[in-house]
Amino acid sequence: MDITAYFQSLTPLSLLNRLPAGIAQGLIWGIVALGVYITFRLLDIADLSVDGTFCTGGAVTVMLILAGWNPYAAVAVALLAGLIAGVVTGLLHTLLGIPAILAGILTQYALYSLNLAIMDMKANQAVSVDKFVLMLSSRYVTYSIIVGVVLVALIIAALYLYFGTEQGSAIRATGCNQQMAGANGININLMKVIGLALSNGIVALAGGVMTQFQGYADINMGRGAIVIGLAAVIIGEVIGEALFRKRMNFALRLTFVALGGVIYYIVVEIVLWLKLDTNFLKMLTAVIVAIFLAVPYLQKMSRSSFKKAGKNAQRAQDDGKEV
Amino acid sequence: MSEIMLEIKDVYKAFNPGTINEKIALDGVNLTLEKGDFVTVIGGNGAGKSTMLNAVAGVWPIDSGSIQIAGMNVTGLPAYKRASLIGRVFQDPMTGTAATMQIEENMALALRRGRSRSPFRPGVTHKERDRFREQLKILDLGLEDRLTAKVGLLSGGQRQALTLLMATLQTPRILLLDEHTAALDPKTAEKVLAATEKVVSKDHLTTLMITHNMKDAIAHGNRLVMMSEGRVILDIRGEEKAKLTVEDLLHKFSSVSGEEFASDKVLLS
Ligand SMILES: Nc1ncnc2c1ncn2[C@@H]1O[C@H](COP(=O)(O)OP(=O)(O)OP(=O)(O)O)[C@@H](O)[C@H]1O
Ligand SMILES: [Mg+2]
Repeated sequence: MDITAYFQSLTPLSLLNRLPAGIAQGLIWGIVALGVYITFRLLDIADLSVDGTFCTGGAVTVMLILAGWNPYAAVAVALLAGLIAGVVTGLLHTLLGIPAILAGILTQYALYSLNLAIMDMKANQAVSVDKFVLMLSSRYVTYSIIVGVVLVALIIAALYLYFGTEQGSAIRATGCNQQMAGANGININLMKVIGLALSNGIVALAGGVMTQFQGYADINMGRGAIVIGLAAVIIGEVIGEALFRKRMNFALRLTFVALGGVIYYIVVEIVLWLKLDTNFLKMLTAVIVAIFLAVPYLQKMSRSSFKKAGKNAQRAQDDGKEV
Repeated sequence: MSEIMLEIKDVYKAFNPGTINEKIALDGVNLTLEKGDFVTVIGGNGAGKSTMLNAVAGVWPIDSGSIQIAGMNVTGLPAYKRASLIGRVFQDPMTGTAATMQIEENMALALRRGRSRSPFRPGVTHKERDRFREQLKILDLGLEDRLTAKVGLLSGGQRQALTLLMATLQTPRILLLDEHTAALDPKTAEKVLAATEKVVSKDHLTTLMITHNMKDAIAHGNRLVMMSEGRVILDIRGEEKAKLTVEDLLHKFSSVSGEEFASDKVLLS
């Protein structure tokens, strides 16, 4: 392709036109990020069930709306379904001793069948904004952004309050130091189950919202949700810490985690605008997440490693010879 | 008649049973503490001291025997269900506190030891904060002005002192200290031991304190217990305990167990 023609085709206006939709989607992924944050950061568990529960939320919502339910009620049921899926993962882990990561994979795998069953054995179920009253829709982007912002704000407020309660503190203590939690009479297993349930409930809610926004639920809609969620968490935290450093409190942290989702989707829109092959988006995301996950470790290594110690020792020896 | 606070009766515990790594860590332990007893526990490496404390705390179930705390049979209860009766300080200063949480949050968690954790009640209240500030003053480490500081920022000694305070915020029936000054430098260890004396005598806490330092074992408490090969082999109390010297102790050990007190750690300290 002619390079000048390519650049001429990239009008800033077209980017500007697609940004709002990206922001709306990003807000919904920001909700996913808040769910992932609970397990990944507070409980110190990488929970892969969310790939399944995001779709469960969508499937439940689409079927209930098609059955004539109010969309808010439908999303509430989706949240409940997510909670239950989280409890299943939690019990597989705590009651049956299956490593958390495998427990999540098992739930996710089982949910594939279940999600399909919920959607009447169809891989795709549409819910048109023309026929139903929905919470939001990609057809009305500005309105959807407002709904998204309100939802994110409500969830952040709820999480902020919850993790300041006795139970919320107990969950944080469990994630931070199990021995300490146990010595203080905290039921560690129960806290893990509650945390996993909460996380998956929130992710399922996001799935229900996404379904309405895009106008359909799809059996593959949750694929990679954990990676995108992690990307959002990491991007949000890095930016938040750069801006606020030591003044980052819990409320700000949650806000930036949600904003991480928005920033991620703005990047996605830019990639689309640049007409880059979107097939490689997943790979790009994985690379970004891998880099950011590696940064703390590499930083530690740069401060102290065997290689460095060896070099220092060698240098000291060489200096000694010169004298 | 005095009240019995802790009764360890014929307790056996084997690790890795049925494998070549089988290790009988507790081989019929018997020990009874009366209310207000402050018992120091000594013994060589692998004697079963930590295992005995873990058995009381309920880290894992014991194989046979029974454990009663304040008249309550806790043998069948998991750790979190007996935590309301027990205060614990560990050897590693990192173990007893949650590093990413604030000092006041840690204390509030400890204050609720053994209670159900409600999703509706606040994690810390204003009233508690004032109380925490007062109690931190007792430690004399300047922590009372740093209630909202993350515990991860504190030194090992400060963390250990805080853990001690947390273990006693809600008066425990029994306080378990497992070499809680071993990881500290001598000066800090001294301070934490002094703080231990203070909190123990303030509430007349019934205490089990493991130490590798014979002098400390002699200087503190009203009873001294020696363990070897998963059993209590010596139990010195009263007058005898008060007059005890390190030489006495070494002599007693070799006559009871028929071996030299081999632990370098003990001899050096
Ligand atoms: N969780 C465990 N699994 C397997 N073996 C264990 C476990 N805990 C303790 N043991 C073994 O039980 C024996 C008693 O250990 P314990 O830790 O009670 O000794 P200790 O008296 O506290 O010694 P030290 O002075 O070294 O702390 C040791 O042989 C130890 O290796
Ligand atoms: Mg020990």
